[in-house]
Amino acid sequence: MVYLTRSEHFNAAHKLYNPVWDYEKNEEVFGKCANENWHGHNYELLVTIKGEPDSEMGFVYDVKKLSRLIREHIIEEIDHRNLNVDVEFMKGKMCSTENLAIGIWEQLAPHLPPGVNLHSIKLYETPRIYVEYFGE
Amino acid sequence: MGKRVSIFRREHFNAAHRLFNPDWDDATNEKIFGKCALPNYHGHNYELEVKVTGKPDKKTGYVMDLKELSDLIKREIHSRFDHRNLNLDTKEFKNLNPTAENIVIVIYNLLRLHINKKMDLQVRLYETDRNFVEYPVHIPVHFGS
Repeated sequence: MVYLTRSEHFNAAHKLYNPVWDYEKNEEVFGKCANENWHGHNYELLVTIKGEPDSEMGFVYDVKKLSRLIREHIIEEIDHRNLNVDVEFMKGKMCSTENLAIGIWEQLAPHLPPGVNLHSIKLYETPRIYVEYFGE
Repeated sequence: MGKRVSIFRREHFNAAHRLFNPDWDDATNEKIFGKCALPNYHGHNYELEVKVTGKPDKKTGYVMDLKELSDLIKREIHSRFDHRNLNLDTKEFKNLNPTAENIVIVIYNLLRLHINKKMDLQVRLYETDRNFVEYPVHIPVHFGS
């Protein structure tokens, strides 16, 4: 079994804000991340798939095709966007890095061809903060 | 005569912004600035490198106390711009397009006021790993040409 990773990046604005709570409570819980006019990040996305290298090409999957799928279904939707306002698959969810990683998995998985298994979504919000989701 | 040394301090902040010229209509803004003009903002992890150059002080051996430089950057830059919307939340960019070029000039001017005039100051700002700017520009001197 071999794990193959493609990394892509995007920039986006967001805020952490639970509409059920008032502004004071949001500020208490989320601090500066609750700033009502948004802030933003350079996100780094690592998509890992797993499988056996195919006997004809020696590939788990053509990484160029993987890159195209990530760009078409994820990057096009979220790059230079406001995650809370502009992104359909984050509507009604808290725009934490955790939820964004889950959202990206759910958005991407149906587009992978049969036999290509998604292993993990690793998402860096800053160079020192990242989350991993394994579809569990 | 003592030798000149450069010291560097790196800090970072996260902010939202958009590139937009209010004198142009939406179509022109989109044509010039592309996705960076999208109306609901996007954002970056900005990485800031501040360089101070001068002769080390005889008593301390310091060009400038790096802790002081760090505190200064936090007070003047971080507290103004971190987790803010540059277009909406800061007076510096109320009437100035927050391109990396303009941000680096603003940061330089804010810091320059508080750093010993005998020292040279240079600021480099990374908007992404691969897009960065520097101010002021020091043209290298070429000898023998």
